[in-house]
Amino acid sequence: MNTIAKSKKIHVSSQDRVTNMIFILIAILMIAMVIYPLWFVIIASFSNPADVATGQVWFWPKEIDLRGYQELFKQDSIWHSYFMTIVYTAVGTLIALAVNIPAGYAMSRKDMYGRKYINVYYLIPMFVSGGLIPTYLVVKNFGLLDTFWVMVLPFSVSIYNIIVARTFFSSSLPDSLWEAAQLDGCGTIRFFLTFALPLSKAVIAVIALWTAVGLWNSWFNALIYLSSEELQPLQLLLRRILISNQSLLGAATGEMANELRQMSDMMKYGSIVISTLPIMCLYPFLQKYFNQGVMIGAVKE
Amino acid sequence: MDKKAFKKSIPLYVLLLPSAILLFCFAYLPLGGIIMAFQDFNPRLGIFGSQFVGFKHFLQYFHSYQFGVTIKNTLIISLYGIAVGFPLPILLAIMCNQMRAPRFKKVFQVITYLPHFISTMVMCGLILIFLSPSSGLFANIWGFFGKEFPNVMASPSAFSHIYVWTDIWQHLGWDSIIYLAALTAIDPTFYEAAAMDGASTMQKIRYIDLPLIMPTAMVLLILRVGNILGVGFEKVFLLQNTQNAMASEIISTYVYKIGLQGNQYSLSTAIGLFNTVVNVIVLLLVNHISKKTTEASLF
Repeated sequence: MNTIAKSKKIHVSSQDRVTNMIFILIAILMIAMVIYPLWFVIIASFSNPADVATGQVWFWPKEIDLRGYQELFKQDSIWHSYFMTIVYTAVGTLIALAVNIPAGYAMSRKDMYGRKYINVYYLIPMFVSGGLIPTYLVVKNFGLLDTFWVMVLPFSVSIYNIIVARTFFSSSLPDSLWEAAQLDGCGTIRFFLTFALPLSKAVIAVIALWTAVGLWNSWFNALIYLSSEELQPLQLLLRRILISNQSLLGAATGEMANELRQMSDMMKYGSIVISTLPIMCLYPFLQKYFNQGVMIGAVKE
Repeated sequence: MDKKAFKKSIPLYVLLLPSAILLFCFAYLPLGGIIMAFQDFNPRLGIFGSQFVGFKHFLQYFHSYQFGVTIKNTLIISLYGIAVGFPLPILLAIMCNQMRAPRFKKVFQVITYLPHFISTMVMCGLILIFLSPSSGLFANIWGFFGKEFPNVMASPSAFSHIYVWTDIWQHLGWDSIIYLAALTAIDPTFYEAAAMDGASTMQKIRYIDLPLIMPTAMVLLILRVGNILGVGFEKVFLLQNTQNAMASEIISTYVYKIGLQGNQYSLSTAIGLFNTVVNVIVLLLVNHISKKTTEASLF
């Protein structure tokens, strides 16, 4: 590797140096375009809303103002839905792992009888679905409407994740290991629990992270299947603040109205920060796992 | 039937059981519910009691004013999204692969992947705040140059641009990972040989990177085109308002509206089924064409 790098360096022509410079310039521009809006949200959430609205805030917070956060912290509904989201994410991830990882292992075993048909059974739902109303009616008939479980159980099967797990098991779990275990009288399920699982921490981490991020960010199922206030996840509450523009502070008129609008702007910026913070803080450390998942999935394709 | 092999596989079936049951209940049972599209479905009578009406609901949709509008809007957003969102990740991956600044490259990747993890809800919130004509970031930038920023969220003609380019902002980096994986798998001796012959970076891209990335690109293109009527519900639904509805009413939002808000279960299911059927046909067609012309295919 080292010699290749060296020989490359010698041969770099001036034309290639220019190309490289252009690439790096484009990259710097793209970094700025990604970072600046996110940075702006953070500083806007800390700044005086009047300054933000009139274009006084550009790169650094002006007149630090924490009223937006104070108001947000006072809202019980936000903290309750935050709590619900944490619970949905934790329970949903555990269920998804319990459902998808064993399936991935079973699918990776070439000696499974009827493997071809089982494959088809798992692939069909990837391409066709009953659609919104039939699914809704099935969920309703199972008595799952407006329950905690509808958020974590019915749609926990991820065929994509099963494929990722299957690819991992069949490429990194040598057949000889299973053959040796068999000679010692070890059954399939015991082999899966005591050998396969401990050796597959990487793929478990990948699937857990993907599922957790997906659950944290999801709101469609909540929109359709939940009606109780107390079951609402954070993302659906954000819809009220960010999209429907409903103020959590009540109505006001005249001079108060302007004040209130600025306040709700502050709360918008603040709620974006609060809801996205956990993922953004964990992201730099977990990024390599996310990448790995894409790579494992890509092997199949 | 091979009894012995079946018996030996029983523990494997046990491992499959939870996912198989869930799929049966929440993927296959709804698939059976498609019959509703051919009935005047009445919740009191159920699937088995409701009257069959054949293709009535399909014809009703085809003859309705909303048919042309929803198809057109879905196709515009979808094709525009492919035209921009398919080539750009490839270009980005190639650029990243050829960049000679390893540490900077890492930072660049970490940062461009980041927006992918923002939720659709927050993303749409960001779009609405930034594009607000009174106090948004764009209004401020326009104001800095002494211009007034138009209310783009109220303009139907701006909708597809907003939708597609914010999607690029959010997913461009992430979508390039898969191509980057394909590029790193290229045998380094190709580059060495090219360097010996005095090939420039651009020539390496043209004669090594592009041809070798093609199969991956074709498979991903097939998948995207195969989902041509499957524009995601979430983002359109959140960005939709009464002023831009002319351009933002797509099939999936329409299915939601008449199904769950209007309680026309059969019509909604019929439109959803029409959507699925078109998608499957297009997928098979594109797959077939690709197989014939480039030898890359899904199946």
